[in-house]
Amino acid sequence: MEEITHTNRPVIKCESVYKIFGENAKRLLEESNGVVDAKKFLDAGCAVGVNNASIEVYRGEMLVVMGLSGSGKSTLLRCISRLTDTTSGNIFIDGDDLLAMSSKKLIELRRNKMGMVFQSFALLPHKTVLENIAFPLQVKGQSTADSMKRAVDMVELVGLTGRENYFPRQLSGGQQQRVGIARSLAVEPDIWFLDEPFSALDPLIRKEMQDEFMRLQGVLNKTILFVTHDFSEALRLADRIAIMKDGIIEQLDTPANIVLNPATEYVRKFTEEVPREKVLKIKSVMDPVDDSLELSDLKVSKDAIIESVAEAVLSEQKSVGVVDDNDVLIGTVHASKVIHLLFGGHERNA
Amino acid sequence: MEYLKKNIQLSQFLGLLAVFFVLYFTISHSEHNVFWRLPALFAPLPAAINGAVEFLMFEWLPIEIYDAELDEYEESALLKEITRGFSGAVLFCIQFIRELLLGGVKTIVAFTSWDFIRANKWLVWPALPWTVVAGGAIILGYALRGKGLALLVGFSTAYIAIFGQWVPAMETLSFVLIAAPISVLLGLVFGVLAFKSKKVETVLMPLLNVAQTMPHFSYLVPVTVLFGVGDHAGAIATIIFATPPMIRLTLLGLKKVPPEVIEAGLMSGCTPRQSMYRVMIPTARRDMLIGINQVIMQCLAMAVIASFIGAKGLGFNLLLALNQLRIGQALELGICIVLIAVVLDKLSLAWADKQTDYFADLEFAQRHKYSLLFLGLFVVATLLAFIGSILFRDGINYFYLIPHNQGITTENFWQAGVDWMVDNWYQGLQGFNKGLIVNVLVPMKNAYLGMPVSATFLLVMGIGYIIGGIRSALIVGAFLLFIALTEWWDRALITAYMTSFAVIASVIIGVSVGSVCAQYSLATKTALLVCDTFQTFPSFIYLIPVIMLFGVTDTSVLIAVIVYATIPATRYTIEGLRNVPETLREAGAMSGVNAWQRWTRIELPLAFPHMMLGINQTVIFALFMVIIGAMIGTEDLGQFILKALSDKNGTGNGLMLGLCVAFIGLAVDHLINTWANQRKAQLGLT
Repeated sequence: MEEITHTNRPVIKCESVYKIFGENAKRLLEESNGVVDAKKFLDAGCAVGVNNASIEVYRGEMLVVMGLSGSGKSTLLRCISRLTDTTSGNIFIDGDDLLAMSSKKLIELRRNKMGMVFQSFALLPHKTVLENIAFPLQVKGQSTADSMKRAVDMVELVGLTGRENYFPRQLSGGQQQRVGIARSLAVEPDIWFLDEPFSALDPLIRKEMQDEFMRLQGVLNKTILFVTHDFSEALRLADRIAIMKDGIIEQLDTPANIVLNPATEYVRKFTEEVPREKVLKIKSVMDPVDDSLELSDLKVSKDAIIESVAEAVLSEQKSVGVVDDNDVLIGTVHASKVIHLLFGGHERNA
Repeated sequence: MEYLKKNIQLSQFLGLLAVFFVLYFTISHSEHNVFWRLPALFAPLPAAINGAVEFLMFEWLPIEIYDAELDEYEESALLKEITRGFSGAVLFCIQFIRELLLGGVKTIVAFTSWDFIRANKWLVWPALPWTVVAGGAIILGYALRGKGLALLVGFSTAYIAIFGQWVPAMETLSFVLIAAPISVLLGLVFGVLAFKSKKVETVLMPLLNVAQTMPHFSYLVPVTVLFGVGDHAGAIATIIFATPPMIRLTLLGLKKVPPEVIEAGLMSGCTPRQSMYRVMIPTARRDMLIGINQVIMQCLAMAVIASFIGAKGLGFNLLLALNQLRIGQALELGICIVLIAVVLDKLSLAWADKQTDYFADLEFAQRHKYSLLFLGLFVVATLLAFIGSILFRDGINYFYLIPHNQGITTENFWQAGVDWMVDNWYQGLQGFNKGLIVNVLVPMKNAYLGMPVSATFLLVMGIGYIIGGIRSALIVGAFLLFIALTEWWDRALITAYMTSFAVIASVIIGVSVGSVCAQYSLATKTALLVCDTFQTFPSFIYLIPVIMLFGVTDTSVLIAVIVYATIPATRYTIEGLRNVPETLREAGAMSGVNAWQRWTRIELPLAFPHMMLGINQTVIFALFMVIIGAMIGTEDLGQFILKALSDKNGTGNGLMLGLCVAFIGLAVDHLINTWANQRKAQLGLT
């Protein structure tokens, strides 16, 4: 099993966040002592958006919040960006209490530390590509010349050179989202929120944009909170995944752990159809180093996706050594383990 | 019978009709029978309103005012001083622009005095030569949009100058250039306020409803009482009339801004103010531009009506020409008004769509090429005007200003045309005219006048109940009660008869034309273009050709009303039919429908709610036009409103009559909207 260790303080920290829509939300929540029954609340005219969510996101980490529509994932994101008011709970951004911030301080925070990408792109229809990207800089008060210069760099970064003076309506969905991404990155934020950024795109474009996104993250290494309803997208991108249902976080863990050890029946349903070999890395199936064991000459990286090395491992009689980035042996894996994973069926608790 | 059992609304309606006719034929037509006519309990109300306004204007809260000329303090009512100050400011602005365009001394007088001017005869502000104004407008058009717009502006200014209407056109323009921006600004402010506060919206909405259904004329009397007579009064009446659509469309636009766009603005670090001015208002631009377009149209429509209370310009001349039955001149003037409307509309649209190029590293001359061009034009044109003053020493300096009616005119041609038509078609047209009046209009009018008040209430409230339950019944009942308690119930019935005749004709024409056009995309485009063009014509213009053909009769008014009111019926029919999802048409085709079945079974039912909104517009348009028709002689509410105009104590009458018209409109509006919204919800259209 893999553990992620974080020596640093979390960039985003949520403690028992509740978001309940409705008039008497606050009073009802106080009366319920933190145990929220969605059904009871609905009868009282309140809808539960987020129910006792606690998460931490560390520097450079990508946390993906996954859930179907109505699961509260976007609401949680909006609580953390303070686009909606949180009913109860605490949210800290870099240790600062977000909910206690004055609106002036909140604006400062958004101008300098946060960027957000929206599902429907949310571009300003009256502004060109360049003007849209420069917008966050201009509301900050940067000069036209400076902000335009930065915007041109951003256009290049997202590969839209040549379309600077197009209006959003003249661009395809994928291109519009590139503008949205460029705009959210224009102020060089530390924290990057993405609210189903690729859900409105065609499958082929979506894949392309995901690759592009991975490339960008490889270069920029932001702290990311990414919301999606697409489980395979979550698996592809995430360092850790939070799976939400009815406002409750069902499981918060690494992709491998979620696939291998789903915490609830609900999570298991998602993992059922997932081809593990395409998701899991070698390190999630390796055994600890056993000196008595005779190893073959082949060595595989701990981060290799199983599918990509399966053939090589299967053609070896002996166990294969697993090495880390510095070529140090950290484990072994035997062909039988891979066969079990590939063909062992999707029995419960693999 | 089976069908009736299933269709409860229809059977209810038939029952209602039956009771209505029983009442219609059994109630005796006696003055004292309250089932026949209600007593005019509201009759003293107009006098009370007059008294109240007079008290407010002349007695309420007296304050000490220093009179510079008499050098002493005077007592004057607060409100009077406020409205005077306001009218003074508006008048100053109008005159300032007017004198920039046409020259004069009043602006200078405002800063000095008449004595000073008399002592210094040379001190006259010269007019801009018309060539400068025309050229400047062309350059503006070119700078904003390009050749096409420049050409349109060039054609329009040339037309106005050549036909000798330059001076009145500039007078009208100076008045529009003040009224339109103020209306837009007020509309924006109130629209934003209503968007921000639910309370403001709830207060504002009914006011807007009434304001938008009150006929133009009924504003005029109160405005003259409060602000006096003149260009400023015209401008103020125009502002009152042109602001409501702007408020409404601003609010609509703001409500349509996608929440994610607002959030994107907030996440970019917008302050609330930046969010409003840099995100929401620009994003709502589409609807606001429609609002600006409406404001401009209203301003030019009011140009004629405002001339009743002393606004100078094209409208005044048009009114004069109409009164003298000089059709040719009226036509030329009408075209001038239309051209100004079109040019202002296109320029404002182009301005709103303008783009900036951030990387053009241009030299001074390049960057300011349009300003420099204008400067050059100014110098050349001024020189030309100077040369002109030598060239045309004794006559008119055509390079400087073309005085009114000193251009070419085609009046004789048109007059000859009218004469020819009278000579050749008179019999036929009169036959048609007479036949229509005797066989259709008079019986219809008598039928309306023969309705007992109780039967009318039953019918209207019954329809309200069937459509929207007890609430709707009470709302329309209240509207009706107001009218029934005034002394103008019979007049209102005549207005209702004319309006319903026109609406029926308009709907038949509009729906058939619209249905045919909607079948072909080219015809759709053409028809929508025609509708757009016709909508830019101020309502008055429609009276010109019909008077030409039919003279001054009810028929003329009705035809003008029908033409005017057919526009929305056609437009909404086309829009409704075209918006039927393509998949449904395809599903129909695969079920083997023919064109007729497709129209009756698929397209019409789905498009019907939208078409009803068009019919709603048709009713409002028709009501307005019927009232304006009073200008050429009808005997309905409009006639009384017109009378109130020339009455010193007309405020109360004018307002009450205006409200009567507005309430007819609002009752219909309420019924149709309630029905259409229900139906749309049922069909899952939003």
